[in-house]
Amino acid sequence: MVEREAAEDYDVCIVGSGAGGGMTAYALTQQGAKVVMLEAGGEWYASKDTKMMVPAYASPRRGASNRNRPFGEFDACDGGWDIEGEPFTRAPGTQFSWWRGRMLGGRTNHWGRISLRFGPDDFKGKSKDGLGEDWPISYDDVAPYYDRVDDLIGVFGSREGLRNHPDGNFQPAPRPRCYELLVKKASDKLDITCIPSRLSIITKPIHGRQACHYCGQCNRGCQVKANFSSPDVLIGPALKTGKLTLITQAMAREVTVGKDGLATGVTYVDKRTGADKHVKAKVVVLAASACESARLLLNSRSAKFPQGLGNSTGWVGKGLTDTTGTDVSGFIPAMVDHVPHNEDGVGGMHVYMPWWLDNKKLDFPRGYHIEVWGGLSAPGTGFMGGIANYPGGGGYGKSLKDDYRKYYGATIGFSGRGEQIPNADCYCEIDPTTVDQWGIPVLRFHWKWSDYEYNQSRHMQETFRSLIHEMGGEVFSNMPTKDQGYGLSTGGSIIHELGCVQMGNDPNRSVLNANCQAHDCKNLFVTDGGPFVTQADKNPTWTILALAWRTSDYIAQQRKAGAL
Amino acid sequence: MSDINRRDALKALGIVPVAGMLDWSTPSVARATKMVERLHAATDTAAYAPKFYTAHEWKTVRMLADIIIPKDERSGSATDAKAPEFMDFMLAEKDASENSRIQARGGLAWLDTEMRARFSTDFIASTDAQRHQVLDDIAFGKKVKPELRRGAAFFNSFRASVASAFFSSAMGWQDLKYIGNVFNPGWNGCPPEATKKLGVSYEEFDASLAKRRKQ
Repeated sequence: MVEREAAEDYDVCIVGSGAGGGMTAYALTQQGAKVVMLEAGGEWYASKDTKMMVPAYASPRRGASNRNRPFGEFDACDGGWDIEGEPFTRAPGTQFSWWRGRMLGGRTNHWGRISLRFGPDDFKGKSKDGLGEDWPISYDDVAPYYDRVDDLIGVFGSREGLRNHPDGNFQPAPRPRCYELLVKKASDKLDITCIPSRLSIITKPIHGRQACHYCGQCNRGCQVKANFSSPDVLIGPALKTGKLTLITQAMAREVTVGKDGLATGVTYVDKRTGADKHVKAKVVVLAASACESARLLLNSRSAKFPQGLGNSTGWVGKGLTDTTGTDVSGFIPAMVDHVPHNEDGVGGMHVYMPWWLDNKKLDFPRGYHIEVWGGLSAPGTGFMGGIANYPGGGGYGKSLKDDYRKYYGATIGFSGRGEQIPNADCYCEIDPTTVDQWGIPVLRFHWKWSDYEYNQSRHMQETFRSLIHEMGGEVFSNMPTKDQGYGLSTGGSIIHELGCVQMGNDPNRSVLNANCQAHDCKNLFVTDGGPFVTQADKNPTWTILALAWRTSDYIAQQRKAGAL
Repeated sequence: MSDINRRDALKALGIVPVAGMLDWSTPSVARATKMVERLHAATDTAAYAPKFYTAHEWKTVRMLADIIIPKDERSGSATDAKAPEFMDFMLAEKDASENSRIQARGGLAWLDTEMRARFSTDFIASTDAQRHQVLDDIAFGKKVKPELRRGAAFFNSFRASVASAFFSSAMGWQDLKYIGNVFNPGWNGCPPEATKKLGVSYEEFDASLAKRRKQ
């Protein structure tokens, strides 16, 4: 028996509370809609619950990771690739890992705050090189929403006038760390564009939030709300309107549909009791993450939609992509015997390298950006792993202790993050036999990189090695071979899954229209990474936020017009 | 909090009050101070009973840890920083993999076996010279003989745990002169001594950006 959550009906039910769900709730409650939000995890506000500035030694595990905090026990995000009671499966030969956040705010509690706009080319890749698909919208459609996101949430950066890396309404960027100046110098020598990074960490107070105090621990969540996470920046203000009802520990099972083929609400498992409940709403918005939203649609089967809701043409689950990634780090002799100073800075890099080359001269079609790390970070578990790779060669005793002191902070690393071309071998579907602990059928993943991505990874590896050599450094690892995939990450490990519920003008090759509204069901929308037609060499969050706001405006306008 | 207390609090947090940080309201500073005080509160000093290691292993671990990171003029030893306690905790806790437990135990057994084969005595009962003879053979990754690679793998992982624990301790932070993990709202890049050492400057950085923007 399915119990009604409340006697009342809502205007909108949102599934998920991350960047997409939070922004949708914020925008729609501002416009007066009565909204209910379902979140599979528990309540969590960084401003109250963060482990900011807790030193490693305050815990017996010294900050080491555990099962539900794979990025360290102080990390904000409760989740990971391995969640108890919530399996997923892989087709034979597939290497793919599915990361999920299980808490209010989802993976906005996890991310690196790298807040990049997609550029004009990123929406029209196919027109440029014939690969993948063009988006049904252009940069100009999204630009006003990027502006609004910049102003509401805050992002620092510098105005550089780079055509495909559009400037935003930036707050001042913090000065680089000294080793980042070294990176800039080497980049200049190698003609690699290197500019101040663009992170959603505020350097000036806005909307009652304090400016950054440079403790370098954004990943733990910020007590003073100086960085962006959905609960403190979007959901808090939405709750203040009195228009938002938040239901946590609510695992969505199915979108329900009426005889007319319209969505009527969502059935969910109350994880506290195990009971199934139902919320009724005039509009349903999925923002559960690209793959989780696809799963929910595929599991929403009815006489009218036997293949799953929104899936009449079998497109749900298709177009799954992740960001490509590979890393190289090295020892920089110029940095030994550091000058003691506080180098924490913001919780992330102060400089980065946006894509700078012309693909016509390369053996892969799309670009990547380079992230920079190193220097004097807070010593914790894993401290200077691989000490045997330094000139001392390892050892023990007084000489080892002195080596640690000498080489501490004398490392610089680079991480490439690039664009994958969508391919027919990367998708998810419902596993025919496996269910999770609530009996909800789970996803089965299919994954295969193409040579485009392998060649791109080789280029990243070569570039990073050149940078380290340019700084007079020694690379810690050997150049990975072709058999080692040139060091390319496995699918899902960069945690930028996009697609699976794609937008497009052709209903036979997309699930949603250009307003992120289902072709099959006009009161169903998706505002997470699902609608993305392609990746870009940019992290997706800023675009998820902008699209969610744009979709929310469309919903509000359609409601006003009586169409929903 | 009065303004005088506020000044003391800022001092305790290591913040030099500067113009432009007016957003640092008194209540937020009070909150931050309280948190830092809580963190600096005394830690438990009672004797530790290992949950994973046996009594013999525990003795071996403590001895080996202090050989790896001994006390010197700048700081204490691995056991002073409770490195063995950290290692025992991590191996005993529920998320520890079965393999990590086997390798930790098996590695210590390998060490005793190697000592007995060479000197007819276990690690604890041997002399400093005997211990150094075996450790010299397994502690320098790139120079290890093939037949001793198992011992080297164990030593490598043991040393990494000892270093993790030692340098993540309050003593380790002090030893490394790590002076972060504080409220530092006046961030203005790195000091001139640090940039000078690397042969870089903010002027050069700004000039390079300006030049590119003009192109």
